[in-house]
Formats: sequence, C-alpha cells, structure tokens
Amino acid sequence: MFTAILDIVIGGLIMGGIYALVAVGLSLQYGVGRVLNVAHGEFIMIAAFATFSLYTVFGISPLISLVICGPALFIIAFIIHRTLFRYLRKTSESIDVFEGNSLLASFGLLFIIQNVALLIWSADIKKYAYLTSPVNLFGAIFAANRLVVLGFAVFLSLGFYVFLARSRLGKAIRAAAEEPEMAGLSGVNINRVLAICFGLGALMAGFAGPLISMMYEVQPTMGLNYTIIAMIVVVLGGLGSITGSLIGGFILGLVGSIVTYFDPGLSLVAYYVIFILLLLVKPTGILGK
Amino acid sequence: MDISKFTSKKPFLLGLLGLILVLLATSPLYVPPYNVILLASIFMYVIITVSWTIFSGPTRYISLASAAFFGVGVYTSAILGFDLPLPVVVAIGGLVSSCLALLIGFLTLRLRGMYFIIFTFGISELIKHFILWWEANITGTVGRWVVVVDYTTVYYVMLVILVILMLTAYFIRRSRFGLALQSIGQSEEAATHRGVNVTMVKVITFAISAFFMGAVGAIMATRWTYIDPRIAFNPLLSFMPVLMAIFGGMGQLYGPVLGAAVFAYLEEFLITEFPYYYMLLFGFILVVVILFLPNGLVGLVQKRRKKGAAKQQAST
Repeated sequence: MFTAILDIVIGGLIMGGIYALVAVGLSLQYGVGRVLNVAHGEFIMIAAFATFSLYTVFGISPLISLVICGPALFIIAFIIHRTLFRYLRKTSESIDVFEGNSLLASFGLLFIIQNVALLIWSADIKKYAYLTSPVNLFGAIFAANRLVVLGFAVFLSLGFYVFLARSRLGKAIRAAAEEPEMAGLSGVNINRVLAICFGLGALMAGFAGPLISMMYEVQPTMGLNYTIIAMIVVVLGGLGSITGSLIGGFILGLVGSIVTYFDPGLSLVAYYVIFILLLLVKPTGILGK
Repeated sequence: MDISKFTSKKPFLLGLLGLILVLLATSPLYVPPYNVILLASIFMYVIITVSWTIFSGPTRYISLASAAFFGVGVYTSAILGFDLPLPVVVAIGGLVSSCLALLIGFLTLRLRGMYFIIFTFGISELIKHFILWWEANITGTVGRWVVVVDYTTVYYVMLVILVILMLTAYFIRRSRFGLALQSIGQSEEAATHRGVNVTMVKVITFAISAFFMGAVGAIMATRWTYIDPRIAFNPLLSFMPVLMAIFGGMGQLYGPVLGAAVFAYLEEFLITEFPYYYMLLFGFILVVVILFLPNGLVGLVQKRRKKGAAKQQAST
C-alpha cells in the first residue's frame, strides 16, 4: 500500500515536473507575447528527436543534448518571432486580431515542423535506453533516468522562475507583460523583449524534449499532446501567471499519475474533464485575477 | 453612370446561380466518375467551411470544434447506417451534432477569445480520446465498418445539403437574426443593451452550423467504408474550415465557398502530385495566407475594384 502511494506520488512529481516545464514556456509566450503557440509541442518533439539522434549516432549523452537543444531552439524561435510574428503584430489592427492570426500562423508552423520531422526521422516510434538501472527509493523502485528527469525538471523550472523574478531582463519581461506601452516609454525595447520571450518559451521546450526522450518513446506526432497539456496547465494556473503554471503543472501531473495507476488510457480524458470543470467554475484559473 | 446596370444585376445573378445548379445537378450524367467524386469532396469542404462561417464569421468566435461535429456525424452513420435509410441517417447525424453544439454552447459561450478556442479544440480531442478508450476497453474494437453507398448517391446527398446550407446562410445574413449576430461580433455588451438575447442567438447559430457539419460527416462516412476515431475526429478538419474561410474572405457569402473550392482542389492536386510534401506545403500556404492575405481572395478583389474605381475617378 505504502509503496503504491509512493509510486503514484513520485510518478506524479515526475510528470508534473515535465508539465510545469512545458507549460511555463507556453505561458511566457502567450502571457507576454500574446502568441498562443500551438507549435510549442513540436519544438519539444524536435528536441527529443535531436537528442535521440545525437545519442544513438554520436553517443552524446542526453544531458549534454539538453544544453545544445535549448539554446539552438532559442535562436530559431527568436528569429521566427523577429520575422513572422513581428510582421503580424505590425499588420494586425488590434491585439485580438493579432491573437487570432498568430494562432493560425503557429498552426502553420506546427504542420511545417511536424512534416520536416516526418521526412527526416519517418513515422516510426523511436526509443533508446539511457540510465535504466533500477533505483530503490523507500521500497518503491524507479528507473534512474526518471529520477534524473525529476531533478532536472524541478531545477530548471525553479531556475526559470528565479530568473524572471530577480534578473533585470526578467523585470523588463514582466513590465512588458503588464503594461507594454509604459514599458516601452520606460526604455524597454519591446520588440526585442517579445522576441526574447518567444525564444525563452522555445528554450523551455528545448529542455523538456531531451528529458522526455529519456523516459518515453519519441514520434513525430507526439507534440500536439504536450501542447494541449500545456494549454490546460496554463489555463489551470491562470493565463499569464508563471507561478500558476508551475503549480498547475504539478497538480495535473499528480492527477495524471493517480488516473494512470487505475487506467493509463484515461489520463488525457481526465485532463479534459478537469479543464472543462475549471472553465465552468473558475475560468481565471487558480492564480488568475 | 447608368443605373440599369445595377437593376439588371439581380436577375442575371439568379440566372447564373440557377445555371450552376442545373449543371451541378446533371453532371453525374456526363462527367467521368473521378470528377464526380472530386466534386463531392469539394462539396464536403465547402459545406464545412460555409457552416463554420455562419457562426464564426459574424460573431468572431473562432471555433475549433468542427472535427467534433463532423466526427459525431460519422459515428452516427457507422452505428445506424445498416438499419435506417440514408436520408434519415444523415438527418440524425446532423441532429446529434446540433445537440452536442447546444450542450457545448450553453457551457462555454460565456467564454471569450482564447478560452473559447482552446475549449472547442479540447472538446473534439476529448471525444476522440474517450471513444478510443471506449472501443479499446468496453467494445474491444478499434474501428467500424460503414455501409457502402454508390458515389452518385453520395454526390446528390452532398448537393442537397449544400443547397439547403447556402439558402440557410443567405437568409441568416439577410434577417434580423443575422444582424444580431453581427452586433455580437462588434460588441457583445452593446448588443445586450440593445435587447439582443446574446446567449440564445449564439447557441442557436452554433447548433445550426453544427447540424450541417454532422450531416456532411454522416454522408462522408459512407465513402470511407471503414472508420476509426482518428479518421472521424481528425483535428485537421477543425483547422481546414478556418483556413479556407480566411483564404476566401469572410466579408461576403461567396468568400468561404470560393476559398473552400480552391483549397479543396489544391489539396487534391498536392496529394496526388506531392504525397510526401503535401502537409509541409499546407503549412507554408497557411503561414503565407495569414501573412499576406488577411482579408482573403474577396478582400483582394475588393481592393482591386476600389483601386480601379479610384483610377477611373482620377482620369475623368
């Protein structure tokens, strides 16, 4: 009984850590930049595949891929925002129109990235073994890689939070989220901050991808599920609230772990049910205003 | 400027529409089967897109629940198709979709913007995953066979749905109801103050739009012969109508028709010519359309016309 509960809790924390990491990126992209990036999961997928190839072809450890994929995706996303989304922002007559247009444009990105991955890696499911030795934790047994993932996920999402709360750039980002006009007048380069935010979202995806690939199978269509989960977490935590996304991620992870314990096929269904109930009862989320 | 040009436009337009209808209705008699089938799938996209635009065009609520409504129709057809006559199945498919839309509508139409978009997208994924789980755990199947209907019947059923839909869309646009919808799109608060029952208008329109998607799903299922949740609730069916409506332009009734027809043909062409790159090209087209054609083909035509008119004025 005790080991079963421990199993569920640790499993929930692992899932929750991943969800928090994924959702924080999306939350930043939407909360500050107003881009509901449905291609977020595709960035995760690309990072996961890159990790797979780097490990199986060149023998590079997934933990090193983490440091490669994150910054690489940051640069790519930064450029995408500088060209595509900045142009859309300029041509859309209002922020609502921009939200709609950027959503559709990111659907375009989703199809492009997913199909590039299909052409490169084919539709087959890929899996590699890394740090699979069992670790005994108070009687419950976990593969070592899952505990490593948990550690990294918690460390990265907390680190990201501290960065936003303490650093100068973090302050500029929060200012841009609250009052873009005033932030601009106070000397914040809004366009640059928005592009950086979009890049940081992709950075988080670039961190999440290698971690996910250490535990689960990788395939080109995996992205959308993570995007949907991230959206649910972001709404759960309150649109635009980074702390909310972190907490929401862990809540959803624990729920998922409990449901998976009884029936793995129902976890996504459970997420949607939570999501629907939430929208009916408190659409602003747990930390929303 | 002669006024007769304007007054004579209406009968001419009606005549043109009548001619198109007669041509479409008789085409299976002399057009090769391949083209009839192609026309039927173009009809499918036109129906989904126009019915999407009935609700989402004037109100500016972007709904991504099309796949849910379509899929519900598909499953109605799979479950009832062997026992009931085809027109009844198609009508029931539409009605079941309408009921789903009423339910979703009453739950969510208080939500605005992103919440509504995410919710509607989530609902079709929820239904898909629920049916997948249900089939794997309760019925122990992965998919279903659907009763087969010959292609001319499919074609005519599609055509009938299309004609009814176009008439419905036309009359909604012309009615007080349509004006109420437009006022909701411009400002929901103002519409409420003017005495529009905002929730009722939105929910009813949502249900009407879902009816046609369900009906077209029910008839389309018979062409596939075998279906599973991934085919029936394909998320692409939620995005396609949005893209096609924007591509055509939502300002005029013919915009979505044009957008869907051009796009459906383009899809067919891309699939046969570049099967491996089709979705990739689709992504690029989506981005390009959003970037450079925000008002669609109709917007392009109107811009040209305005420019032409301005030139004429300048020269006189």
